[in-house]
Amino acid sequence: MKAENTLGLVFFPAFDWAISPTHPEREERLLYTQDQIFEEGIQDIEGIEMFNPILATDQDIQRVHFCVPDVASRLTESHFISSGGAIKAAQIVMNKEVDKSFALVRPPGHHAQRMVYGDRGFCVINIEAVMVERMRQEFGPLRVAIIDSDCHHGDGTEDIYWNDKDTLFISFHQDGRTLYPGTGAIEDFGGPAAYGYNVNIPLPPHTGAEGFLYVLNNVVMPILDDYKPDIIINSAGQDNHYTDPITNMNFTAQGYAKLNQILNPDIAVLEGGYAIEGALPYTNLAIILAMAGLDYTDVREPDYDPEKLKQPRDITEYIKRVSEIVLDKWKNKEDEEVKKFKGVGIVARARQIYYDTDGILDDQTQHFKNCQGCSGFNWIQSRADRGESVLAITLPRDACARCIDEAYQMYKNPPTAYRMIYLQDKVADQYHSRRS
Amino acid sequence: MIVGLDMGGTHVDAVLLKDGQIIETVKRTTIREDIFRSIWTTLEALLQDYDSSHIERIHLSTTVSTNAIVENKTEPVGMIIQAGPGVRNDFSPYGTANFYLSGYVDHRGIVVDGLKEEEIKQARQLYQEKGIGSCAIVTKFSTRNPKNELRIAHLLANDFDTITLGHRMSGKLNFPRRVATSYLNSAVSNTFHNFSHHIKNSLQQKGIEAPVFILKADGGTMNRETAEERPVETILSGPAASFMGMSSLLPTTDDAILLDIGGTTTDIFFLSDGVPLFQPLGAKIGEFKTLVRAIHSVSIGLGGDSNITIEDNKVVIGPERAGLPYALGGPRPTPSDAMIFLGLMDVPENGNKEKAKEAMTLLGTELSCSIEDVATLILTTMASTIKNKTDQLLKEINSKPVYTVKELLQGKKIVPKLVNMIGGPSQALAPFIEAVYNLPCYFPPNYGVANAIGAALAKPTMEITLHADTAQGTLTVPELGIYEKISTDYSLAEAKTRAMELLKESAISKGSSAETIESEITEESSFNMVQGFYTTGKNIRVKAQIKPGQLYRLRSNGYES
Repeated sequence: MKAENTLGLVFFPAFDWAISPTHPEREERLLYTQDQIFEEGIQDIEGIEMFNPILATDQDIQRVHFCVPDVASRLTESHFISSGGAIKAAQIVMNKEVDKSFALVRPPGHHAQRMVYGDRGFCVINIEAVMVERMRQEFGPLRVAIIDSDCHHGDGTEDIYWNDKDTLFISFHQDGRTLYPGTGAIEDFGGPAAYGYNVNIPLPPHTGAEGFLYVLNNVVMPILDDYKPDIIINSAGQDNHYTDPITNMNFTAQGYAKLNQILNPDIAVLEGGYAIEGALPYTNLAIILAMAGLDYTDVREPDYDPEKLKQPRDITEYIKRVSEIVLDKWKNKEDEEVKKFKGVGIVARARQIYYDTDGILDDQTQHFKNCQGCSGFNWIQSRADRGESVLAITLPRDACARCIDEAYQMYKNPPTAYRMIYLQDKVADQYHSRRS
Repeated sequence: MIVGLDMGGTHVDAVLLKDGQIIETVKRTTIREDIFRSIWTTLEALLQDYDSSHIERIHLSTTVSTNAIVENKTEPVGMIIQAGPGVRNDFSPYGTANFYLSGYVDHRGIVVDGLKEEEIKQARQLYQEKGIGSCAIVTKFSTRNPKNELRIAHLLANDFDTITLGHRMSGKLNFPRRVATSYLNSAVSNTFHNFSHHIKNSLQQKGIEAPVFILKADGGTMNRETAEERPVETILSGPAASFMGMSSLLPTTDDAILLDIGGTTTDIFFLSDGVPLFQPLGAKIGEFKTLVRAIHSVSIGLGGDSNITIEDNKVVIGPERAGLPYALGGPRPTPSDAMIFLGLMDVPENGNKEKAKEAMTLLGTELSCSIEDVATLILTTMASTIKNKTDQLLKEINSKPVYTVKELLQGKKIVPKLVNMIGGPSQALAPFIEAVYNLPCYFPPNYGVANAIGAALAKPTMEITLHADTAQGTLTVPELGIYEKISTDYSLAEAKTRAMELLKESAISKGSSAETIESEITEESSFNMVQGFYTTGKNIRVKAQIKPGQLYRLRSNGYES
């Protein structure tokens, strides 16, 4: 058997790491996926190759996050490995060792935002973002599209790329009014420098394969055709599956395979998915086969019953309306941007961010300078309920001389007193921090 | 006394060991068309001056199964396959006919969809019509739950002479390889049985009662009765004998590279802290990828008689064989000619040193350099070619997938400290190997019967895989056909104890003596199984093996030839 596309698998189940013994993010999570992959003889398929993760570095983490107080206090070895696994998956594609890659690593990352006080939604650091920023360092400027197919809104990835036009983020997810983390509304469309490049498609509970593929074909693919990314990444959560214990969707292994066949991502990175016995072995196998261009028609779950999983007509109609609204919004993003931001010097965004895994509440306000010469520097004022006041400044990759100057001025002489001050300089790829 | 015999493609080597010393050796030319006669005449020659009642055991390494496979002289096999959902495989090159059953077992060994006995009747009828007497039954995840394979075998017990059950071949998960392995096992069964009976009868006629052990691809042995059940394990025992021979003649406890340099090929092996490396999944023979545990060996087309050509002003050696060296009247210059010319190798009988010089002159003219330089360049190139290959192999070996944080951060990497060599060109090539590797290089004074020594000193090996699922209350050890109930509080400690006991019992029943069995746990894990937020049980996985190695150390002072 020979794969049509060569595929690199970074399979790292971290069999000796768990958040806690009975937590969904535990040693057992990829055990049955490994059994299925091994039994199917995936390693023997010509064109499919296995790779070990590398370790991400502190610098890789700091390019994306402000870990409070520092990287070492917030991360375990497994976080360096899972983000390093994603980096490896990117490197083998960029170096043309393989056509495509799939990082089956854990723990996941898409709920990790720029500020990191702890673990939220089982995520501490955003493994895709750490990967993408490392790719940009190693391989130069890239237009990247991240398609988040996890059932939960990818609020971390949204936060990180909120104001970055070179990184299109599309998340389709179970409507935030019915599921953690509660965000992901259509109206959340990006910051002043990237308005329209953060696309949310909230879907009703009980969406089935028909609905997911409708959204893919009628919203995601047309947007990608417009955007023309250099690299497509599937932030591949598998909790839309009909057996997932913590969500309410009706997606299937066959559906996941079709999604990946149509989306045709260069890189997929495993995110959530906690039906470890009834879904993951089959969805992961389906994604592997679809990415490798192999026949997946015989992959199905033990209790698969297409009749039972048929999507009700009212849901189909609802999804069509949502799709129409989102696509219209995408087409009119330039006009909307002018209406929303013209003449506004600084765009403020106040939010409360709850860390469900660690029980921390962060009260933060982000400020984006609406700069005419670049994407504009931005800063976060943040205070967690158990912590101290923090100022975190970011200089975007395209920052103009004036923004660079202002950002460093702010770092040296903040307007008010903070205990911790950080500056993430993406122009010079440097990270500064100080305690005052 | 122990008899060790290795049958290769060109020679049969045999040794007689007494108290760890070699007391007799014989080398005979292989009679290709009659494997049994090749072995028997060699044995007779070896034993003619000794009292055969003192023989404790006879160790044979034979190519009988390998030859049948590579020469396509195997029995037709009717395959009965339950593939279930998943990857769509094409098994048509395997069986003479394939019959696919519906139904399947999942990754936890749960029967999702049961057997349809009507289908088995159809399979029986199909194979009876075709006159097929051998079958192999393989179901997906049969190592997790062998019930279906056992049931099918029960239903067909009277219809076939040979039935191979997939789960008995290996405890590893890999369905396509399980199909291939089971197919081959049935396909060579008749051939091996004939051979085995010939040996048994001939020994009986001579009044030799010593048990016969057959060398396996993993460098261990199994008794004749086990070999009849699992003849597929005898494939590729040649490289295993060579590996065991080198390990006996040049013992080490370091990471090392082992080279068996012959006329046509060089076989490469590795040691990790003196312990052999196995193929990650199993042996590959021809186009068949199997689950047969095998010493990791790679053969490259490079030897003393390889063809030398000049390409882009560079010396290229092999992969084709040139025939005899130029000095022996061969058509093309070979590395042997370079060795003869430089005086690193004795001029062989019927050889001509002047012809070796002529060979170097031919190449020297083409490269416009001196004949001394050409000869040196050839041997340096030969050494570098070997090093490039071992570097590449080591890179692959050292990046093998790992699955735990601990292994990723602290995993053992092989860093060779020495190179051990056997084979005709060893002595001549050693200084060149030493120079390109910058490592000490060793070769034994006598390697002529190394493979036979390896066979003689091999000990019975066995590996078992125990899988316990306390949520379901089941325990399986596929290699031993064990599938039984356990209590919900079964622990990893109990599983390990059980694995060690089973291994020992089984090894004794297969001809090992209790005091020589050294067993060890090679892998162990226990996973909490959780449903919702409640622990429902434990998923326990244990692998245990008889430590590979020699029966005892060879006493080096005993043997001079």
